[in-house]
Amino acid sequence: MILTMQHVAYGVGERLLLRDVSLNVARGEVVVIIGPNGAGKSTLLRLAAGLGPATEGKILLGGHDITALSEARKAGLRAMLAQNSPAQARFTVRELAYMGGLHAGRACSAVAMAGHVRAALEQVGLLAMADRDITSLSGGERQRAHYARVLVQLRSAAGGQGLLLLDEPVSAQDLARQGLVLNVARAHARQGGACLMVLHDLNWAACVADRIIVLRNGRIEGDGRPEQIVSAGLLRDVFGLVTERVPVHAVTGRPFVVPHDIVGHDFSEQNGE
Amino acid sequence: MKVVRPAPRLVLGGLSVLLLVALLCALMTGATGFGPGALWTQPHSEAARASWLVISQIRAPRAVMALLTGAALAASGAVMQGMFRNPLADPGLTGVSSGAALGAALVIVLGNAGAGAGFVAHWAVPAGGITGALASTVVLYLFAARGGVSSPTLIILAGVALSAFAGALTGILVFRANDTALRDLTFWTMGSLSGAAWPQIGVLLPVLLPAAFIMGRIAGGLNVLLLGDEDAALTGCSVGRIRRLAMLCVALACGPIVSFVGVIGFVGVVVPHLVRLVSGPDHRILLPASALLGAALLLVADTLARVIAIPSDVPVGVVTAAIGAPVFVWQLARSQQTGRFS
Repeated sequence: MILTMQHVAYGVGERLLLRDVSLNVARGEVVVIIGPNGAGKSTLLRLAAGLGPATEGKILLGGHDITALSEARKAGLRAMLAQNSPAQARFTVRELAYMGGLHAGRACSAVAMAGHVRAALEQVGLLAMADRDITSLSGGERQRAHYARVLVQLRSAAGGQGLLLLDEPVSAQDLARQGLVLNVARAHARQGGACLMVLHDLNWAACVADRIIVLRNGRIEGDGRPEQIVSAGLLRDVFGLVTERVPVHAVTGRPFVVPHDIVGHDFSEQNGE
Repeated sequence: MKVVRPAPRLVLGGLSVLLLVALLCALMTGATGFGPGALWTQPHSEAARASWLVISQIRAPRAVMALLTGAALAASGAVMQGMFRNPLADPGLTGVSSGAALGAALVIVLGNAGAGAGFVAHWAVPAGGITGALASTVVLYLFAARGGVSSPTLIILAGVALSAFAGALTGILVFRANDTALRDLTFWTMGSLSGAAWPQIGVLLPVLLPAAFIMGRIAGGLNVLLLGDEDAALTGCSVGRIRRLAMLCVALACGPIVSFVGVIGFVGVVVPHLVRLVSGPDHRILLPASALLGAALLLVADTLARVIAIPSDVPVGVVTAAIGAPVFVWQLARSQQTGRFS
């Protein structure tokens, strides 16, 4: 297992954002976390990245207790694309991509690093913009520039097959780029890495995921293959949306959803007590 | 916008040439002018020996002091701007220099050691300066880190308060001081290189070299810090460690400088800004380039200070403020518009 969470709880003050969360991510796997706003998805991802200690429970990254790993060591085992990364300084896209290798790529030669940077920029479709200033990019381009940085971090690390953590990686992308971003993530998993990501779009989730985890009110309410998870019941119970049936895509065999009504759902109950 | 940056080697090479020219001009210009020949011909005549004495004992230590001061202040400014993610941070504006002055003044007055009075004065006063600078940096950091965010204006305002407080305490010391100490204290208010001598350089070098070494170590980390603390940590940086090292090297660089030459403003904020316009925000180039440009500009400023009112010696702090303040206001207006680094 590349990532194991055992009975993890996380609280801020009195409020518990996550409770009794247990999950595994295996090598080669793409796991998607879905759930309503405020369910604790980003919190879960941050804990998996080792950004803060869990209140209870244990998190193992690459078999090591995550709290015992140094920042530099963690950098080689996982990389994370956050929801928002600011663009304050006028670095170029290429300079930003290079930053991914600052610690993870310590042992990487200059030539190899240049290769990783070039490959990552090409994959996210920014090679032609490599010399652009990141403050002049659109939101979607900037998100992909940071994506390139994150990819460089994992690939320049020894082994190069770490855990890719993505928090709503397609939020700022057009439809074609959404596919591109997810495809790169899946390719990373297929090449021996793994990917754990938060997605809002259930159709993309069903399309790209090997496994979907449903998070609601800080608890895991479902963990299974897309066709097991994406159902009319899930839509009604978790998202408050009505659909008569969830059809299966003729080509991919994956479920897809087209909601046609909203239940009078009490959202205040979902977001905490 | 496509960004074209000159090669780092070109930037650093060009600035080195500029520094060399500024150094030669500083050595040759003054109340008595010398041709370049005076710098390397063997002094035979009485007059030539006198010129040699002027150059080697007065102008050369002063020029080297100007060079080290400019380099230390400009590089410290760049480090502080990276550490606070704030393009307006500067040792002078944020009260670090005032803190250093207070620390040094405490040693002078309470220790009753006039500058130039032997080993203790040479080492204890700068040590007081380092301590004072470190204390102000820590106070500023705790203040800035409190809300998790550090708005540019907030840091400057905190710096104004810190400067005023340290200045007030230094003011009290002035009234407790004897005449020798008083002379040492008053020149700080303006910042002057007129007292520069070789023994001070001998004290500065062993302190500035480790500061430069630390800056080299944290340059890459300061780049990633500009992405935010979280992204920096995710990239593998120990954010707290980088900030602590940044505070340490700023204190090591500014503390002894301020205790020898007083408070010289605007070098730390203007120079890194100019460098960023040309070579971008990468600290691995920004820090050495700022040091070179800061050294060259302060040499030019001090040469001006020596010649604009011959035979008087205008404090160099007056010149840097006269040039730096308008540039700073321009920069302030620009950062209000864009809210970002240069």
